[in-house]
Amino acid sequence: MQEGKVLPAAQINRDLLRSILETPQWFWPVVSLLGAIVLAAAITIGIMINTGLGITGLNYKVVWGFFITNFVFWIGISHAGVMLSAILRLAKAEWRRPATRAAEVLTIFSLMTAMIMPIIHTGRPWRILYWAFPYDFARGIWPNIRTPLVWDPSAILTYLTSSTLFVIIALVPDFAVLRDRTTGWPKLVYTLLAMGWEGNPRQWKLQIIAGVLLSALILPVFVSVHSIVSWDFGMAVAIKSWHSTVFAPYFVVGAVHSGVSAVVFAMILLRWAYGWQDYIRHEHIDALGRLLIVVATGWFYFLVMEIIFGIYGLEGDELAVRALQFLPGDYGVAYNVWMIVFVGITYFLPVILWLPKAWRRNLWIMSAACISVNVGMWLERYLLFVPGQANKQFQTFTWNDYLPQWPEALIVGATFAFVSMLMLLFSRVFPLVPLYDIKEGDILRTEIQVGRRTVPATFRED
Amino acid sequence: MAMPGILQQLRDVMSPPSTKQAILGLFQDAESAATAGDGLKEAGIPETDYDFLTDSPYPEGSLGEREEKHRLYLYPFIGALLGLSSGIMITAMTQVAYPLMTGGKPILSLPPMAIVCYEGTMLGAILFTVIGIVFESRLPKFQLGIYDERITQGFLGLRVKAEPEQRYEVTQIMNSAGAVDVKTEQ
Repeated sequence: MQEGKVLPAAQINRDLLRSILETPQWFWPVVSLLGAIVLAAAITIGIMINTGLGITGLNYKVVWGFFITNFVFWIGISHAGVMLSAILRLAKAEWRRPATRAAEVLTIFSLMTAMIMPIIHTGRPWRILYWAFPYDFARGIWPNIRTPLVWDPSAILTYLTSSTLFVIIALVPDFAVLRDRTTGWPKLVYTLLAMGWEGNPRQWKLQIIAGVLLSALILPVFVSVHSIVSWDFGMAVAIKSWHSTVFAPYFVVGAVHSGVSAVVFAMILLRWAYGWQDYIRHEHIDALGRLLIVVATGWFYFLVMEIIFGIYGLEGDELAVRALQFLPGDYGVAYNVWMIVFVGITYFLPVILWLPKAWRRNLWIMSAACISVNVGMWLERYLLFVPGQANKQFQTFTWNDYLPQWPEALIVGATFAFVSMLMLLFSRVFPLVPLYDIKEGDILRTEIQVGRRTVPATFRED
Repeated sequence: MAMPGILQQLRDVMSPPSTKQAILGLFQDAESAATAGDGLKEAGIPETDYDFLTDSPYPEGSLGEREEKHRLYLYPFIGALLGLSSGIMITAMTQVAYPLMTGGKPILSLPPMAIVCYEGTMLGAILFTVIGIVFESRLPKFQLGIYDERITQGFLGLRVKAEPEQRYEVTQIMNSAGAVDVKTEQ
């Protein structure tokens, strides 16, 4: 641990504000490309709303396909922010410092992207207001709070509001640094955002308490959000393989697994793009790799339990779905092959890659492992939701399958472009690595002599 | 015009015009800034009249600064209470306003109410905590006063409010502690 050197504050400002004060040559072409993909998806959404959901592969049996899979996937990614920021802050883990802001910002953009999915999935997005907002828009009908359709917005909006405020509060001291480093209208904007921050002991004391207090308050929200998302499925009694009590913790751990992997990959990209080698160091990626082994194994446990719980009851309908998931058959879609691929790339491959220290410190290997986890976690949601609806049970006339069409593929692909574009635009106007956190870490660092060795140490306040 | 005079008098009563001037000393390290702070204390400058300005948090008491009291811990409780009340109101009133009779079960279905109320409670607590952080930090502050942009480059600022006759002494204390620059508010 603590491999980096203590850097002067001026250099920290210069390095970490480089993304804001200088625009790299690649920046606008990349943002334009991502913007074009997002625009194409927006046009497709327009066509889909105008024509109807019939242009997608969704049908009368499989009503939740790519869009809802993608919704759960992005909700999962959003869990990285709190996992890294809140838990590590409360645990006073020193290596959290360069990762927290990027993780929190990824949370916000992932949540925003996730929310788009169920909205467009309804086919008539404006009706969401009637279903979820507590007001009798028409004929004295109020929203039915017994449906997860109301729980979801309440949980996600709470999480989105909390995460956004969490980021803004932690940004205030950095706004002051930007206020002092810019001129013209950017200075005016940063002056307004800094709200007159001057960095006196009272403000710092409250900033530190804010970090801990908000972490403690957001943590229960973080757990509740993915639990409630899992109840979208778990509460559906009619669909076999969904009605499971293990879904809530299974979804939460899975979310942390994919979210933290996404943050690791984002950090590696940022390190490469902005030359932040002194801040996002191998030791940080190494520590996150070790954390991921534990999270992945926790997730694997829940995966196995979910399958065992399903099979243990020996209910005919449930067994039919499990057969569809795991056994070879002439069903058209080879779910069993996808199952093997998914478990392999979500657990076995990445964990093997994370085990040797040298591999955890190899950024190429870590990137590959983290991408593998996220492809796998996307597949996991798909394989969890679709086979249950395919309904290969009881009467054969109710059987159906799902084959996604181009609008779904384009829109889902564009969500990745959307989040990447938002992250890049954010990094253009706000620091993605918290300046004051890095400086505080440097202040608290020292070296102590233990016997014949000089070892790095960190002061801690309680 | 009588009104401006009355307003001026009112303002003077509320906050009597101060003759104190702000002086800002800049230091390169925490030790020098703390030494200057000790010097000010010895010179009889009240602790409330000087403040350290830094670009990152220092461990509490490391600069010899005064202890700061705050009521931040009250805010989340107030927010949680308001959020819970809002949650109960929204969920109960929507069910009563449009009752869904389901197999003789009570109109007010408690498990789903608990979910929305929980989110309302947490949202209220978090919103009020953020409001509390802003207000307890004495923000927003519309006038920055005497300040130096080098503070966000790693220098430590020591800002003192002193009577004009103390100005020379304060400057001396700062210079002898190793201030790299001392500025006075014009």
